[in-house]
Amino acid sequence: MNAKVPDIHISQAQFQPEPDSTSGQALAEIAPAEPSAVRKYLLSLGSSANTDRAFAWLMLLCGLSIFAIVALIAFELVVRSQLSLHKFGLGFFYQVFTDPDTHMQTFWDPVNSYFGARPFIYGTLVSSFLALLMAIPLAVGLAIFLTEMCPKALRGPLAFITELLAAIPSVIYGLWAVFVLVPLLREHVNPLLIKTLGWTGFFDDTNPTGLGYLSAGVILAIMILPIISSLTREVMTAVPHSQREAVLALGATRWEMIRMGVLRNARIGIVGAIILGLGRALGETMAVAMVIGATPEIHRSLLANGSSMATVIANEYAEAISDIHLSALTEIGLALFVVTIIVNALAQVLIWAVTRGTPAQTR
Amino acid sequence: MGVGIEVINLNAWYGTNHTLQDINLNIPANHATALIGPSGCGKSTFVRCINRMHETNPIARATGIVRIGDLDIYKDAKPVQIRRRVGMVFQRPNPFPTMSIYDNVAAGLKLNGYSNRRSLDEIVERSLKNSALWDEVKDDLKKKSGASLSGGQQQRLCIARALAVDPEVLLMDEPASALDPVSTSKIEDLIFQLKSQYTIVIVTHNMQQAARVAEKTGFFLNGRMVEFDSTHKIFTNPSDKRTEDYITGRFG
Repeated sequence: MNAKVPDIHISQAQFQPEPDSTSGQALAEIAPAEPSAVRKYLLSLGSSANTDRAFAWLMLLCGLSIFAIVALIAFELVVRSQLSLHKFGLGFFYQVFTDPDTHMQTFWDPVNSYFGARPFIYGTLVSSFLALLMAIPLAVGLAIFLTEMCPKALRGPLAFITELLAAIPSVIYGLWAVFVLVPLLREHVNPLLIKTLGWTGFFDDTNPTGLGYLSAGVILAIMILPIISSLTREVMTAVPHSQREAVLALGATRWEMIRMGVLRNARIGIVGAIILGLGRALGETMAVAMVIGATPEIHRSLLANGSSMATVIANEYAEAISDIHLSALTEIGLALFVVTIIVNALAQVLIWAVTRGTPAQTR
Repeated sequence: MGVGIEVINLNAWYGTNHTLQDINLNIPANHATALIGPSGCGKSTFVRCINRMHETNPIARATGIVRIGDLDIYKDAKPVQIRRRVGMVFQRPNPFPTMSIYDNVAAGLKLNGYSNRRSLDEIVERSLKNSALWDEVKDDLKKKSGASLSGGQQQRLCIARALAVDPEVLLMDEPASALDPVSTSKIEDLIFQLKSQYTIVIVTHNMQQAARVAEKTGFFLNGRMVEFDSTHKIFTNPSDKRTEDYITGRFG
């Protein structure tokens, strides 16, 4: 608030010249005839230019190592997926095989060397989409509450706990999902969904395990909630206070002020926060692997078992049965690498676009 | 048309800081009234009490009676209702950067659910003409964003935005202090034209500005109103020694 902070007002008195205390006479009296021991020591030192230059090079090396690491990962992924890249080409991402003996369609069958990434791409997209669907309203609501309405005493603890959620290892989320979330969905939520929304085809009762796309989506939603929420909070705080006042002065209610003065100005950054959450959801491995069901199939029903790109790599890499199997898994990894890099870069740019200005005055 | 403002025993606090002490004055309708005084004297707090913006800060509070026309704003109305009647222009131009010029002016009307398209167009045009901005922006009303204008234009856009809701009182908190001299004189001309239709209260650091635009001037010092009189009297023959010291530049 403007009026609370008194303007710094420089009076004329402060510009009066300081009294001249160090006259030449005084200096001559203080200075000894002979250089002191400290002066002699300092004079004996060299320019230190070499150490400084060495330090600069060392730091440059640290900086450049980031480029090297990213480049090496990309290089290694490309090299190791050569076999699969050459054999399947772009078809890898959509092909379907028909087994000559059983006439069954299959996407992925390491024993018969059928490798197609479609069910994993589908699983990744569906589970991430479900996660966003559930996480966005909750995260934005939480951010609005924390920045605009939360009593000061509650703001710190709530923000702290939200950030803590991001620090929990994903295998813990997976365990919690297996022991708590999946049984809960299986016993209570899924039957309800099947009964009320079964007619849409998205919920059928062919899978009694409770594992599947929906379980993966819910656990992902919980995992990306802190990211979206804390970044949304950041971009909302970056909206200048004058925007809020402008809307209030027009006779806005609190909700109208938040909608017109805050959300509208922060929307690009909020989109960035959402995309960053998406980046995390796309790449999340452990928790999803524990609840998605690990079946290389495509189902319309969200309650069916599936698999995702990160999941299939984690599940099969250690026990790959052939070179082409390994290579196909690496190619999935390469695709995931490229997509997540692009998604994250986009997100960072959008968030930067909002927060680069001056931050809001906090009260 | 504007209405008068009657202030009786107004006190305001920021936390434990008693920023306004026993303010009493009558602001005449359809005239410009200037409030002068050194920084931190409470004049901004005072105008923010007139549309109850003061209390948007959780540690702030105010007591006393403020009557806008016949309405006792602290007793008989909610802040939202008052702010629909009292427009405000801030020190720094604050147009909505994500809205077009048109939407900026129409913001207050749309916010309050006024959506008659034909008359919306008319009101936007009239408001921009009243704020002397129409000729400069009429060709890209819906193409350009409010933030693409120059600082002085942005401030006139903010005035148009405040005028669009047809306020009875227009509060201006140092409206020209962030602007260059040319833009400043445009804003002053504007105040001169508007004051026949609106009750204008303008806070200013610039005493010449007060002398140029206002019929009445109040001098604030340390949270109290030292003197309130016709502008001519304040600047030529003030009753209080402190007022004289301030306007002759002996402090502040």
